[in-house]
Amino acid sequence: MREKEYRSVSAARGGLLFMRGVPGVALGDRVQVRDQRNRRRDGQVIRTSHEVVLIQVFEGTEGLDPERTWVRFLDRPFEVMLSPALLGRIFNGIGQPRDGRPPVIAALQRNVSGAPVNPAVRAYPREFIQTGISTIDGLNSLVRGQKLPIFSGSGLPHNRLIAQIVRQAKLPAEEQSRFAVVFAALGISHDDARFFRESFETSGVLQNVVMFINLADDPPIERLILPRTALTVAEYLAFDLDHHVLVILSDMTHYAEALREVATAKGDVPARKGYPGYLYSDLAEIYERAGRIKGRRGSITMVPVVSMPSDDITHPIPDLTGYITEGQIVLSRELHNQGIYPPVTIPPSLSRLMKDGIGKDYTREDHPRVASQLYASYARALNVRNLASIIGAEELTEHDRRSLAFAEAFERRFVNQGEEEDRAILETLSLAWELLSRLPPEALSRVTEADLARFHRGPSAVDEAP
Amino acid sequence: MGETLDINGPIVTVRLSGVMNGEQIRIGALGLVGEVIGREGDRAVVQVYESTESLRPGEKVEALGHPLAVELGPGLLGQIFDGVQRPLRGLVEQGGDYIARGLSLPPLDRDQAWSFVPSPDLNPGMNLAAGTVLGTVQENPTFSHRILVPPDVEGELIDLAGAGDYTLEQVIARVRDRAGTPRELKLYHRWPVRMPRPYRRRDPAGEPLLTGQRVLDTFFPLLKGGKAAVPGPFGVGKTVVQQQIARWSNVHVVIYVGCGERGNELVDILESFPKLTDPYSGRSLMERTLLVANTSNMPVVAREASIYVGVTLAEYFRDQGYDVVVVADSTSRWAEALREVAGRLGQMPVEEGYPAYLASRLAAFYERAGRVETLAGTTGSITLIGAVSPPGGDFSEPVTSHTKDIIQTFWALSKELADARHYPAVGWADSFSAYVGAAASWWAEHVDPAWAERRAAALGLLTEADELAHIVNLVGPEALSPEQRWVLESASLIREGVLQQSALDPVDSFSSPEKQFVLLDLILEIHDQGRKLIALGVPVQQLLGLPLLGRAQRLKGTYGSDQVPSLRDFVQEIRAAFEPFYRDYGRGEGEPTPRAAPGGSFRRGKRE
Ligand SMILES: Nc1ncnc2c1ncn2[C@@H]1O[C@H](COP(=O)(O)OP(=O)(O)OP(=O)(O)O)[C@@H](O)[C@H]1O
Ligand SMILES: [Mg+2]
Repeated sequence: MREKEYRSVSAARGGLLFMRGVPGVALGDRVQVRDQRNRRRDGQVIRTSHEVVLIQVFEGTEGLDPERTWVRFLDRPFEVMLSPALLGRIFNGIGQPRDGRPPVIAALQRNVSGAPVNPAVRAYPREFIQTGISTIDGLNSLVRGQKLPIFSGSGLPHNRLIAQIVRQAKLPAEEQSRFAVVFAALGISHDDARFFRESFETSGVLQNVVMFINLADDPPIERLILPRTALTVAEYLAFDLDHHVLVILSDMTHYAEALREVATAKGDVPARKGYPGYLYSDLAEIYERAGRIKGRRGSITMVPVVSMPSDDITHPIPDLTGYITEGQIVLSRELHNQGIYPPVTIPPSLSRLMKDGIGKDYTREDHPRVASQLYASYARALNVRNLASIIGAEELTEHDRRSLAFAEAFERRFVNQGEEEDRAILETLSLAWELLSRLPPEALSRVTEADLARFHRGPSAVDEAP
Repeated sequence: MGETLDINGPIVTVRLSGVMNGEQIRIGALGLVGEVIGREGDRAVVQVYESTESLRPGEKVEALGHPLAVELGPGLLGQIFDGVQRPLRGLVEQGGDYIARGLSLPPLDRDQAWSFVPSPDLNPGMNLAAGTVLGTVQENPTFSHRILVPPDVEGELIDLAGAGDYTLEQVIARVRDRAGTPRELKLYHRWPVRMPRPYRRRDPAGEPLLTGQRVLDTFFPLLKGGKAAVPGPFGVGKTVVQQQIARWSNVHVVIYVGCGERGNELVDILESFPKLTDPYSGRSLMERTLLVANTSNMPVVAREASIYVGVTLAEYFRDQGYDVVVVADSTSRWAEALREVAGRLGQMPVEEGYPAYLASRLAAFYERAGRVETLAGTTGSITLIGAVSPPGGDFSEPVTSHTKDIIQTFWALSKELADARHYPAVGWADSFSAYVGAAASWWAEHVDPAWAERRAAALGLLTEADELAHIVNLVGPEALSPEQRWVLESASLIREGVLQQSALDPVDSFSSPEKQFVLLDLILEIHDQGRKLIALGVPVQQLLGLPLLGRAQRLKGTYGSDQVPSLRDFVQEIRAAFEPFYRDYGRGEGEPTPRAAPGGSFRRGKRE
C-alpha cells in the first residue's frame, strides 16, 4: 500500500472519480477514498494512464468535493478472505460484515474478478435435482451445475418460488451436510431480504448460507462488485470445500442498471436502450462461473432472478441473460392473476441441460418424451384457446374441445401446486400421463407406441374427459 | 522496447515505434499478448487477447515482429484451442482449472513423432510449386494429413526425408527458392490468420452438404463450399443445428468455433463426439473434428480473433484437398467484440453502436468459404455456417441483415416453433436457399428424379396451410372445404413426420438422403390418396380419424437410415388403410359411385 494519499481529483460525477498525475496505477486496483468529512468509501481503478486515472466508487460520488477528496491506492486488487467461517454470515458487496460481527480473517484471499474456467476441465452437468415443483422437474429440469434464471416481473412470486426450491431441492442424505447457499441480494427491498432470511431459517439451512446484501436503498454501484465477491466465495465453497452450492442472484436487472449508470457516466457507446455493448460479456463473466469441474466434488448451481422491465422478455437484460444461461423459467402475470402458483408459463420456459439429466438413468425412461408431448399438446391447446376466443367454444370440433379442456386441467393441476407441496418426480410424471390420457392416442405423436401402451389410460379416460 | 501509456479495458496504448499494423506485441511483467490495431507517431494502439487487469502505465512492451499466425501441421485434429490457438488441454497442465494469464504454449506438440511417408514421385532437382504435397502423415486412423509446401515457398527440391518418424521441428525437406536461398521445410508451418491462403481458382459450389437434417437437406439445401447463416433468438436451437451439422455432415474435417458462447456446450462436444461415429467412415467423430473456443467469459479480443483462427485452419485442410465445414457459434459475439473495440477507440458508431466497417468485415469473413482448385491442383472446399444471435430476436438488426445479404442459405429459426418444441425450429416461410437448383440435380441423380417436384409440393402444402390457418383464426374451421381441411392435416403430417427431427433420438438424429426422400414421399402419398378420396365423396372426418396418420408421424423414429427398404414398405399400409374407402366409394377413374357414408359404424381404420 502506498503511504501517500493523493488529492488530485479533477472531477467527481456519476460514481466516477477522475484523477490527474498519479503514476503507475494498476488497472483493477482497490482504492480508499476519504471525503471532506473523513468518511471512507471504496473504489476501483477502471482506466489508467500516467495522466488520468479513472476510479469507480462503490458508494457513489454523491457529496464528494473534488477539492477535498483524498485517495489512497492499495496496490492490490479487490480480494475476499476465504474460510469456512463465512458460512452463516452476512456481508456487503465488498465483503465487509453486515451482521455486526467481526470481519472474517483468513490466510486465503482471492481476487474477486476470478479467471475463466478452462473449458477443457469443465464436467458436463448431468445430475437431476428434484425441486418437487412439477413445472421445473417435469418440463424444465434443473441439474447440478446449471445456470437457470427466473424471468419475472414486479409483484410476481419469484422469491416464494426460490424459497420453495431451496426448501425442497434435495441432496442424497449423505451429502446433505455439503449443501450451501450463497445468496446475493442486488437492490432488493428490506422486506424481500427478510423474507429470504426467514425462509432459510425455516428450511434449516441458515448455518450453510452466506449472504451478500445490497438493498434497494444502498449505493447502486456496489452492485457491480457484489456478484463477483459472492461467486468467489461460491467457488471456494464448491471447489475447495466440496460443497454443492446454490447461488441465488436477485435481482440481476438492478445489477445491469448499475452497469448502465456507470457506462453512461464514462461515455461508453450505447448499444440498445442505453446499455453498453459489453453488457453481454459482463453478464457472462458472472453467469459462466456456474458449473462443475472435473475431479472436484462440489458444484455451483445458479438461479438468478431477472425481472423483465414492463414484462418485456426482449428487453436487453432478460434477452442477453437468455443468450448466456442454460435456459430460463418464465413467470407470467396472466397465470398469476388467475391465482396459479407458481405462475410458470410453459412455452417460453426451457432447460437446456435437461436432456442429459433425465430419462432412464436419472428419472424415468419416458420422461423426455412426456415433456416434449406436454409442450406440444399445450402449444396446440393454446392455439385452440385463441381460436375459441374468436369463434366461440361451441364452434370447435370435438378434438379441439378436448384440447381446450386439457389446457385448463394442465394449468390447474400440473402447473398449479401448493407452496408447501413437494411432488416427487414420479408423481409429476404420473400426473402428466393422467392429463395426457384425456387426449386420444392419435394426438400424441411425441411419445412412442410403447409409452402409450404402458401409460396412456385408454379410451375410457379420453371419453370421460369433458 | 517501449512502454505502456494508457490501459482502457482490452485496449492498451503504448509508446513503441516502428511497429506494423497487426503486429504481435508482448506487454508487461505478465507477458500478455496483443495485436497492433492503430498507430499514430510513436504510439500504437494494441488490443490485448487477455484481461489487462493489474497492468500499469510504464510497463515494458516488446514487438514480436510477426502478425497473429496459426501453426499448421499434424496434431490439430481432436484438439481444443483457445481463440488465439493456445492448446487448452496444455494450459490445464500449466495453469490448472482456471486460465491464468500470460501462459504461452505452442499449439502443436513438439515431442510427438509422426510417421511421415514422402510422396513417391518427388525427386531432388525437381521444381516444386507452392502447395505441392511432400508426403503424408497418418494423423489418426481416419485422417491422412498431407504435408504441403507452404503457400509462400516454391523452388527446387534439394532433398526430401525418407519414410520414418519425425517430430515437428525436424527438417523433412529443403527447397532452394527463387532467390537461391535454401528453405527448410518441416511437418508444420505458420500462416497469418487475417490473410486468406491462396488457391489456384475458385470453382462454383458443388454437391450438397448433407447434414442428415431433413429440413436442411431437403428443404433449404446448402452446397459444399457454400455460406449459410442460422439466425434466431435465444434458446431456439442454433447451437443444436450447428452441432448436428458438425456431427453428421459428409465432410472430411469439421472445425467448430465456439465464439462467445457457453463452456458447457464445448464440453458436450468433447464428451460426446469421441463416442459417436461418423456415418460415412464409421470412425469416431473426434478424429475429424477440432474446436476453437472462446467462451463468453473469456476475453473479447481473442473472441474477435477466434473466427479467423478457425477459418485459417479450415483453409489449411482445404489446401490438402479436403472438404471442410466451419461452424461459428456465434458470429454476433464476434461482431460485438468488434463493436467493443471500435467503441473504445472512439470510432463513430453507425447503427446500434456498430462501426461502419461491420458489413465489409462480415463479407470478407464469409468470402473465405468456397470450393477451390488448390495450389496442388486438387479440389477442396470450405462451407461456412454462422449462427447469428439477434438482440430481442429482431432480424432487422445490423448483424442479421448484413449477413443475410452475404449468404446463400438462410435457416431462420422461429421462436414460435421452438416454443411448441418443434425442432429444428427452421421456419419454412422465412428461410431460403439459393442452391435448390444445383441440389436438385444431385438428388435427381443420386436419390430420386422426383425430388424437386416432391419438395415443391411439400412446401406448397405448408404455405397453403399457413394461409388456411389464418382464415381459421378469423372465422373458424367450419369455413374450410373438406379439401382444405385435408391440406391442413397433410401439412401437419409434414411438420410432425418430416420437418421435426429430434437431435436426441438415436434413430432420428441422422437421416440419410434416401430416408429423407422416402419419408417425404410416403407422407405426400397419404396426402394424394386422401385428396382423391375426398373428391370421391369420402367425408374428411373419416380420414382425420385414421390411425395411419399417427403411425406416419412416427415413421421417422421407427426406421433408421439403414432400414429404408422396410420404410418403403409402409406404402402397403397406406394402401391397405385407404382400400376400404375405395371399395365403398369407387375408384374414381371409371364411374365414381357416390354413396352415403357408411354411417357412424365405420371401423376407424382398424385392420385385423
Ligand atoms: N433438433 C433438436 N432436437 C431436440 N431438441 C432440440 C433441437 N434443437 C433444439 N433443441 C432444444 O432446444 C434447446 C436450445 O437449443 P440451443 O441451445 O441450440 O439454442 P440456441 O439457439 O443456440 O440458443 P442461444 O442463442 O441462447 O445459444 C436445446 O437445449 C434443446 O433442448
Ligand atoms: Mg447457442
